[in-house]
Amino acid sequence: MLAFIGRRIAVSFLILFGSSFIVYNMQAIAGDPLAELAQSTAQNKVFLMHRLTAQLQLDVPPPARYFLWLKGIAGLFVGHLDFGLTRSGSPVLQQIAVAIPVTLRLVTAATILAILLGISIGVLSAIRQYSRLDYSMTFISFLFFSLPVFWIAVLLKQYLAIGFNDFLADGRVTGPFMVGAPVILAIVIAGFIGGGRKRFWLSFVFSIVGLFGLLELMNLLDWFQKPGLGIVLVTLFSAGFGVTVAGLIMGFENKTGRYAALSVAAFGAILYFPVRMIPGDWLNLPIMGGLAVLTVILGGLIGRIWAKEDRGALTRIGSITAVSSALFTILDILMSNWHSYVNSDAVGGRPLPTISSSNNLMTSHNYWWQLLDILLHLMLPTIGIMLISFAGYVRYARSSLLEVMNMDYIRTARAKGLTERTVVVRHALRNAMIPLTTLIAFDLSGLIGGAFITESIYGWRGMGTLFLRAVGTQDLNLLMGVFFLTSFLAVMGNLLADLAYSALDPRIRLDK
Amino acid sequence: MAIKENKKVDLSVEASSIEQKETSGLSQGQLVRKRFFRHRGAMISMVYLFAIIVFVFTAGGIHLGSAEHPFTIPGWWHWTITDMSEVSISTSKSGQLLVGAPTLDLNPFDGKKFGVGLHPFGQDTIGHDYFALVVRGAQQSIMVMMVVGFIGGLFGTIIGAISGFFRNAIDSILMRFTDLIITIPTVIIGAVIGQRLGNLGVLPLAVFLGLFAWTGLARLVRGEFLTLREREFVDAARVAGASNNRIIFKHILPNAMGVIIVSVTLLLSGAILLETALSYVGFGVQSPDVSLGTLISTYQDSFQASPWLFWWPGFFIISIALSVNFIGDGLRDAFDPRQKRNITRKDLAKTDQVSAN
Repeated sequence: MLAFIGRRIAVSFLILFGSSFIVYNMQAIAGDPLAELAQSTAQNKVFLMHRLTAQLQLDVPPPARYFLWLKGIAGLFVGHLDFGLTRSGSPVLQQIAVAIPVTLRLVTAATILAILLGISIGVLSAIRQYSRLDYSMTFISFLFFSLPVFWIAVLLKQYLAIGFNDFLADGRVTGPFMVGAPVILAIVIAGFIGGGRKRFWLSFVFSIVGLFGLLELMNLLDWFQKPGLGIVLVTLFSAGFGVTVAGLIMGFENKTGRYAALSVAAFGAILYFPVRMIPGDWLNLPIMGGLAVLTVILGGLIGRIWAKEDRGALTRIGSITAVSSALFTILDILMSNWHSYVNSDAVGGRPLPTISSSNNLMTSHNYWWQLLDILLHLMLPTIGIMLISFAGYVRYARSSLLEVMNMDYIRTARAKGLTERTVVVRHALRNAMIPLTTLIAFDLSGLIGGAFITESIYGWRGMGTLFLRAVGTQDLNLLMGVFFLTSFLAVMGNLLADLAYSALDPRIRLDK
Repeated sequence: MAIKENKKVDLSVEASSIEQKETSGLSQGQLVRKRFFRHRGAMISMVYLFAIIVFVFTAGGIHLGSAEHPFTIPGWWHWTITDMSEVSISTSKSGQLLVGAPTLDLNPFDGKKFGVGLHPFGQDTIGHDYFALVVRGAQQSIMVMMVVGFIGGLFGTIIGAISGFFRNAIDSILMRFTDLIITIPTVIIGAVIGQRLGNLGVLPLAVFLGLFAWTGLARLVRGEFLTLREREFVDAARVAGASNNRIIFKHILPNAMGVIIVSVTLLLSGAILLETALSYVGFGVQSPDVSLGTLISTYQDSFQASPWLFWWPGFFIISIALSVNFIGDGLRDAFDPRQKRNITRKDLAKTDQVSAN
């Protein structure tokens, strides 16, 4: 195993060496860094050109200059990493250090959501193969697969952001929306519930009536202007979520799981008011991180109290319910800050932004306002990235699960008399997820540099925009810095994918 | 309940005999074709894609070669991408001022002039005919798609086949080479071609994208060859004295054709999105030539004033990519021998009739 990892790392370095050499020289062929200056009308043009030449060592021919650059990178091994200077003379490393957190913020939420949503819809689609849901999901995932991300971005800006902001001025659902939204949502809900024709129409009619009533109620309460959930809904939602998770993990007929979930939700309800009392100015990211860890541990412990057997499953149920309870509480707090945030001077009544990664006018140190600001800026790019990568996960999860469901051991499990839930969740799903881990690891490693279009559309100054700028301005050191880092991560991600694969599937031996 | 169970068992017994009846006496190729023609989405997409290709290439004509030495066959559309005419100004129903509005009107009852009109897709902000621009953009996309598919398919198949068949040292070298190519970003390729060969039109870009697009296919083909080469029919061929060449191309390759064709269609739809994305960020097709990506990037800000400048190129990108994806889906179903179709009562009746005759 160690020998395998060692050999792989050695080969990876060779690959990185080769590809960086090629990229360096390709970019050197692509454009002359002095061309822009040569056409300028500045008085001290010759001086500027000489200075840039000296600064970037442009008098050395590119293949040889590459090794000068490599010398700086090789400093990694003696603790002095040097990516060189950009055209404007600032260190490349500094620019990258600023850009990485921006990109991470952009892609993390989108990727996690796309994976969760994609896999669950793919699994549902596979379980109900050749159903109405399956066909429509196939069509939708093909459609999203074929959408250019820059095209969907313009539509999102126009219809989601500007449309929502216009709507919020009044804050009341009226006219075609009052009819259209319930009908479309009801079709989706009825499609997911499935069943025969009678059940489909029944759930369709019930959903329409329910949603219509809900919208009326929201209008009546002025909910879109002053949203909120309150302790009752927070507890109900987290309890419902916890019971569903318990049902999926331990079976819906299992009482212990249900009790564990309910007790954690009840504990969350007790903490609801104390948590809301914490002033927003006290909080920051490290404190929130600590609280999150505490939530997971506490939930797990409460779940564990119930355990006579199945200790792991109950701990998991407790933790997941606790996290969901915390998230619903945070959502509630954000909602109660919504009205004052939207009508503050910095936002001016139009909360959903179409560009940039944060509001520069925002001066408040209230943590909840900052969080709202970040989340709202994330909204459009996240939806854009999610829609497109989600489609791939749906297809892979579906075909992977279908393949497993045809295996002999699934038939054996059914023949033993196990419930369909156990067969799917415990036997099929676990094996179907193995090939998906490779895909996920591969995707994750490519994400840091891969969101360049989304970044440039929404004006996020992340790795992608840095890369595009470097290519456009012939900033060779900057380009190589970004490229080296992203390809290093990609190669490492590949290695991790292989290791994860062999860990999950013992039949795969790496050292052979 | 018990009766229902019985029925189910009966149906499955019937089903296997139906499959046998349906497939008896057909060759592998005929089976694949039959299954493919039955896939409704794929058939519609096939007809649609063919119609679009014929439409855009006859309407816009064919333009190849560099700007200095063009090779041109004119099409039937009366505007070209460089023609300019006066921008039409009209008002919409809601009283909004429309500049260069589309004249395409397929509703004969709205009182306005029915038909295609002078500028069916409207005009851009300085008076170019937008139909000509979009048609040219679609041509570029289709051309890139075809060239990338051909070059990527050829290289991927050959490299994957050699790698999987010979294994050992050749395999490791070729696969590490593949890893190396994967890490090179396509934006760089676009930048190099754009700067150095930008005046030669879209063909050099397509060729170079193809030269870097074979990696995924090569890995797949290699995997397929690794399993197929252990099969008995390969041993039989070798015992009969067949050369390596013959075994690769006559014995193994036809068996791997399904995987190859399916992933080439994925390559095609990927290529179209790649070209438009590259052009969108400015590293693909260079002006004065146009691509669907450059059209969207140029006019995305005028979405509110003239939305047609945004809708039409998007429509062409999506419909071409979508139809290629559906064709790929149909092919996958057709080549997958494990693929079983739900047996309907209509099938039962039909095959009973056939066997009765």
